Amino acid sequence: MGTQDIIDRCERIYRDLDFAYVHEWKARTGGKAVGFMPVYVPRELIHAAGILPVGIMGGGDDVEIIRGDAYFQSYICHIPRSTVELGLAGKLDVLDGMLFPAICDVIRNLSGMWQMMFAHKYVRYLDFPQTFNDAGREFYRAEMAELLVDLEALSGIQATPERLNASIALYNANRRALAELYDLRSAEPQRVPTSELYLLLRAGNVLEVSEHTVMLQQYLAAARASQRPLRDNVRVVASGLFCEQPPLSMVRAMENSGCYIVDDDWVLGARYQLHDTATGANPLGAIVDAYMSDTVATATRYVEGDDKGAFLVEQVRSRNAEGVIFAAASFCDPALLDRPMGQKALADAGIPYTAFTYSENTGQVQVIKEQAGTFADSIKLWGAVA
Amino acid sequence: MNAEVQKEESMVLQKKMIGEHFETLSKAGESGRKVVYTFVPGNLNELILAFDLLPVHPEVNALQSGMRKLSGDYIQEAEKQGHSEDVCTYVKCDIGMLKKGNIGPTGEKLPPPDLLLLSYTGCFTFMKWFELLKQESGCPVVMLQVPYQAEGKITPSQREFVARQLRDVVVPALEQVSGKKLDEDRLKELLASSARAEDDLVYVWESAKHKPSPIDAYFVGVYYIGPIFTAFRGLPSCEAYYRELRREVDFRIAHGMGPTTPEGELRQQKYRIVVEGPPNWTSFRDFWKIFHDEGVVMVASTYTKVGGLYEQGFRHDPARPFETLAEYCLGCYTNRNLPARVDIIAKYVEEYEADGILFNSIKSCNSFSAGQLMMLRELEKRTGKAGAFIESDLVDPRYFSAANIKNRLESYFQMLEAKRQAA
Repeated sequence: MGTQDIIDRCERIYRDLDFAYVHEWKARTGGKAVGFMPVYVPRELIHAAGILPVGIMGGGDDVEIIRGDAYFQSYICHIPRSTVELGLAGKLDVLDGMLFPAICDVIRNLSGMWQMMFAHKYVRYLDFPQTFNDAGREFYRAEMAELLVDLEALSGIQATPERLNASIALYNANRRALAELYDLRSAEPQRVPTSELYLLLRAGNVLEVSEHTVMLQQYLAAARASQRPLRDNVRVVASGLFCEQPPLSMVRAMENSGCYIVDDDWVLGARYQLHDTATGANPLGAIVDAYMSDTVATATRYVEGDDKGAFLVEQVRSRNAEGVIFAAASFCDPALLDRPMGQKALADAGIPYTAFTYSENTGQVQVIKEQAGTFADSIKLWGAVA
Repeated sequence: MNAEVQKEESMVLQKKMIGEHFETLSKAGESGRKVVYTFVPGNLNELILAFDLLPVHPEVNALQSGMRKLSGDYIQEAEKQGHSEDVCTYVKCDIGMLKKGNIGPTGEKLPPPDLLLLSYTGCFTFMKWFELLKQESGCPVVMLQVPYQAEGKITPSQREFVARQLRDVVVPALEQVSGKKLDEDRLKELLASSARAEDDLVYVWESAKHKPSPIDAYFVGVYYIGPIFTAFRGLPSCEAYYRELRREVDFRIAHGMGPTTPEGELRQQKYRIVVEGPPNWTSFRDFWKIFHDEGVVMVASTYTKVGGLYEQGFRHDPARPFETLAEYCLGCYTNRNLPARVDIIAKYVEEYEADGILFNSIKSCNSFSAGQLMMLRELEKRTGKAGAFIESDLVDPRYFSAANIKNRLESYFQMLEAKRQAA
């Protein structure tokens, strides 16, 4: 199978706001499906309870907002209004529940709206620790234990240690395949166009994990065998896109502007953990440990100590990038409040950056392409002094 | 507005308390007293006072800057430094004030923080705010994470999580910065004093059930919460303030009087309204006057519960110091889920016999604002009362459009009148 066949399937999944795959999976397995909002949920727990985790990342640029706008003021970001639109249009009826991770006040309050709008459905807000000590660990363990009880009740399947270990192993394999994909893109960016990587990630929001891992492995094999010319592009890291997702057209515009995106933070939940989760006698404890001490740094997660921005600087260095594009969804509090701190860390390290905002239904991507292109040109001309 | 505002004794008391506090702060460098910056919702004032530390509340400084017409410049200063137009203007006002010399509301320079006590309660932005201040000031942060009441109740796990952080993390940090060990008896005294002041504040809030209401629970209410939400809860001066306030309210009830406003007494009360959301501070008096001119009295508000929902029964309990502080933090208004917030407002409408519900939706406060349009629908459905929805901002003068707000409110009052005539 060539890369194009795989990417065509990914794009069909990405565009399918009726979630045909989820309908088909449920019909085939008799299982339940639970949706989750960005950024991160422990999908292993959901999977171990026999439930299909489904990433709901808004409606992108393919959904016309008719009812969703009536629920949000103009100064609220776009993802909640398109998610409400999908919900009210019945597109999410296939889901047996929704999880709202602690990201920001908008998604937090959306959990309460969902409780009122869909009172017959399972709805849970997931509070994550921001204190990475024993108290935080114990709190998170209790939260996860409660979530597991809920999920087991929903599916009627007990998430035994054996099932949890099996799910952890599947997600470890998926993370390793994604890491391989990112490493290949960084080493040979011409072989892994970012728009293709993005679609592969988005497919992982929907596909059952083992199926997604096979897809990634097939793509990796095909990409390594592909012959695509290396362009004289600038290597950049894209940062700030962890929640409301950019439209595909914007991703394409960024990579067609003279930039090779060699790292990013979109669909971040799939890569939130840096390493494997341990399997063994205490799988729930291992999932908790992974969250507490083995994750990326991102704006929704409190950074203790004085190393704010250090993760981003290291990302630039380890990927041999030449600059950073801060792209934040309009009115995204976490990304926009975090940005000045990231910019300071980059300035201190002599790394150039540029910044713009977007929304998931941004239609006019030419301006973004021009800005990214100008940034790329400035790096080529003046390097880190830009 | 009248140039000469009638002052009541409680107002004089509060002005004196605030003046003395800021004077003490301005001399912190000389006196050697250590300074803790912290937030109003979920504030740990009794604990801070038990260590003889001085609290500074950045939101209060920002709203004071808004009322003194300084916030616009501060916000623009922060935006020049790269802060987005889209984010919380309290944060930008604070950053801008810091960049321009950190001059406090009384015109005196505020001392830099010795500790940033991040009580992460009901507002995601608080976390980013103190990350920013940490980067600006180099001051250490101690985090108290307060979980969200997503199911509309406090769970044992949440209570234990907060209490444990207080014991294991916050107290040691306060001990380190103050150089003192915690005196738990002193803490209990402070908590007992808080509970007495809270009793009187609840009495004042509930007095709005009278007709005419002797208080305005929003425009005057924001002054009533001053002492108990900030540096004074737990102190004798705070108790004295609320005793005096209660006495004044009793006097007004006995004489059938309305609240004291800058326009004089509001005795002719045409409409009784419940308000959701913070006020606009940059045009506070103009905003208030729109309602005063229509004979509107605010009988209950949610903004005045961001630092504690006492009328639902909570009191600081000296017998359980850490657990009671945990419950206090967990119970603040914006830490409640949306269904619980709808329940609270619906109860206000019923108990205070309100004619309508007003939402002042604040651009830069997603904690309050996200979901308010749905809350309004639910409340109209449940209470049968008409709601009004207006938009403004906390301290960004660019987002207060007096004409638009006035037009919308005039239409709303006409609707209330029509409903009344039809009833």
